[in-house]
Amino acid sequence: MDWSKHQVLEKSSILLLVAMLITVAIGGLVEIAPLFWLGSTIEKVSGMRPYSPLELAGRDIYIREGCYVCHSQMIRSLRDEVERYGHYSLAAESMYDHPFQWGSKRTGPDLARVGGKYSDEWHKAHMTDPRSIVPESVMPGYPHLGRRVLDYDNIAENMTALRVTGVPYSDEMIASAKSDLETQADPSAKELQAFLARYPKAQVRQFDGDPGYISELDALIAYMQMLGTLVDFATYDAAGPNLR
Amino acid sequence: MAAMLEREEWKAFSDFLALAAAGLFTLIGLILALAGADPAMQFHGCVLLGAAGLSFLYILTKVVERREPKEQAGYADGVIRAGVIATVFWGVAGFLVGDLIAWQLAYPALNLDLPWTSFGRLRPLHTSAVIFAFGGNMLIASSFYVVQRTSRARLAGKWSPWFVFWGYQLFIVLAATGYILGVTQSKEYAEPEWYVDLWLTAVWVVYFLVFVATLAKRQEPHIYVANWFYLSFIVTVAMLHIVNNLAVPLSLLSSKSYVIYSGVQDAMTQWWYGHNAVGFFLTAGFLGMMYYFVPKRAERPIYSYRLSVVHFWSLIFLYIWAGPHHLHYTALPQWAQTLGMTFSIMLWMPSWGGMINGLMTLSGAWDKLRTDPVIRFLIVAVAFYGMSTFEGPLMSIRSVNSLSHYTDWTIGHVHSGALGWVAFISFGTIYCLVPWLWHRRALYSQRLVEWHFWIATLGILLYITSMWVSGILQGLMWRAYDSLGFLEYSFVETVEAMHPFYIIRAFGGLLFVLGSLIMVYNVWRTIRGDEPVDAAEQPPIAAAPELRPATA
Repeated sequence: MDWSKHQVLEKSSILLLVAMLITVAIGGLVEIAPLFWLGSTIEKVSGMRPYSPLELAGRDIYIREGCYVCHSQMIRSLRDEVERYGHYSLAAESMYDHPFQWGSKRTGPDLARVGGKYSDEWHKAHMTDPRSIVPESVMPGYPHLGRRVLDYDNIAENMTALRVTGVPYSDEMIASAKSDLETQADPSAKELQAFLARYPKAQVRQFDGDPGYISELDALIAYMQMLGTLVDFATYDAAGPNLR
Repeated sequence: MAAMLEREEWKAFSDFLALAAAGLFTLIGLILALAGADPAMQFHGCVLLGAAGLSFLYILTKVVERREPKEQAGYADGVIRAGVIATVFWGVAGFLVGDLIAWQLAYPALNLDLPWTSFGRLRPLHTSAVIFAFGGNMLIASSFYVVQRTSRARLAGKWSPWFVFWGYQLFIVLAATGYILGVTQSKEYAEPEWYVDLWLTAVWVVYFLVFVATLAKRQEPHIYVANWFYLSFIVTVAMLHIVNNLAVPLSLLSSKSYVIYSGVQDAMTQWWYGHNAVGFFLTAGFLGMMYYFVPKRAERPIYSYRLSVVHFWSLIFLYIWAGPHHLHYTALPQWAQTLGMTFSIMLWMPSWGGMINGLMTLSGAWDKLRTDPVIRFLIVAVAFYGMSTFEGPLMSIRSVNSLSHYTDWTIGHVHSGALGWVAFISFGTIYCLVPWLWHRRALYSQRLVEWHFWIATLGILLYITSMWVSGILQGLMWRAYDSLGFLEYSFVETVEAMHPFYIIRAFGGLLFVLGSLIMVYNVWRTIRGDEPVDAAEQPPIAAAPELRPATA
């Protein structure tokens, strides 16, 4: 082998640069680009819908506090995980997650299907002082969440930005974002039926049990209580199709 | 072009550009400070206003006084000296935060139940501080040193290298304060929000231009191998950073944005980025350091030129494919997982090729391992590099990964690379550079380097062994079944089992912090110009080039 040919690259910073760029571009192009056009990447499943405004606000708090650092939202297709957490996660279940929250570490348990597993009261007590519920827990306490009033004046802006990224929020959803958020925390609201038509399976109640104001804790619990609840696995068939 | 403009005109033009840029960012800072849509953005506007405003005033006084910077001829070393100090400062800060959060996992009361001090916000602070602040400053400073020496050319640009330095510090401050305030996009190692990403892009482009322009005016016909690694690190990190961080902000005045990708595609893009933050930031760049400082300090040529050619091209080609091994058994398509695993295993070969090239450079001079603790830092770093690049491919195998993923094994693996490889090669480089850059006869104390080495090594061993045990233990407990076919342990029982290992780990981290404080003291005394206490024991290469005794 004639090693002196490599000198061509060693003697020209431009050629070296171009050769490098080509070399490092290939892997990403082969692995990432097809995911955007191969239909089998995300098999369609009925039940998925964008987050309701209150759930979205809760999700933003989940991100803000760095919950993903210790909690995954991705149940792997392994026997023990399916028995511990429920059906393995489907690609479609995170199709509206900008960014994804699969996580990389389980200092705490997986949360992909935590919705409905515990009561709102459990979550409230646990978020306020985790060790009052689980003495061995190493989770930080978040007592301030219940005290902080949720800032949702601009929630429509969040939804508009998400629509730019491809989340199918309709004009109607964005126009009624603020009132929808209030409706979800108030079972007696007049617009309840319209809200539920826009966000099927949304859970409506005072999540932190405090009727005074909508707190950050309300939003976070609303988010956690819906995680993994949209797809009905009683009728789900892994062989597909699952379009209805 | 250069011939058309007189030197004086060029200078005036560059002064004007620097002033205009500083003025523009002062204005942007003012707008964000006054009209920012949220308190975090207003605060960051104030920071930008202050930083850019001070820069503007500084440049203005220099231009008005028409005073030339002290160093006009020779190598531009001022910015490298600043970079070395910043490296040491951010290193200690990052290690301290790391050890704090390690203790938080052992004793959760240390979270103080305040938003700004909880693990979820401090963990990105730790990872960014050590990777980008400590590692990044080391990479920028050492690349500026190496590219000048191996090109026999002064660093290109008058203000640009300093813009890279201060601009990068501003990026660190914006990112770090953002995390504490809860400004994050939650993509690991890419947590800064859109506007901080944009700022880093600007800094990085100037860094790239300074580096390439310096290469372009080199006096040596060949581009030295260390520079191939530095250059690939700079361009690939630019590509990764831009693609992974594409996002839609709520408005130009808001600190909040949403990444354009979602779910599966976002996961793949993120780990394409994330694993190559390891591959190019923490590996390729630091290999550039190895290819300069190991032969320089050992006073031996690189073991094999051919091996370095093979090492370089195969490493950068293979690394970029490795990301999907972070996503085994997930909703990522199986073909992508398999590709990621396959390339990760292949990556073992170039990694060990590079390790052999570094280690064997010491051929005929192995005694230096015993006599020169600075060489020992550099060479043990390469040995740790070999160890973690064996462990990595092992963990990327799907069936191994099913056990190791989500556990502390990953954390231990990362730290054998980060503490053993990245930090140790950086410490070796710092101990080389400080006497060389500050024109000292020797380090203040070689004895203290010995202490640093052994305390830090002990710390690393405690760290990675405790994480092996806790990771594998927890992985096994999660999948344990009792005789009736039920899962044997509840999740919280596995958390409880981690407690002793978390204490051992945090103690190991504490030792590592102590070692770095010894380094701070030694570096400070050397910079101050104090008489070395054991100069006679130090090798001649420890002295600045102009102070070395002429060898026979």
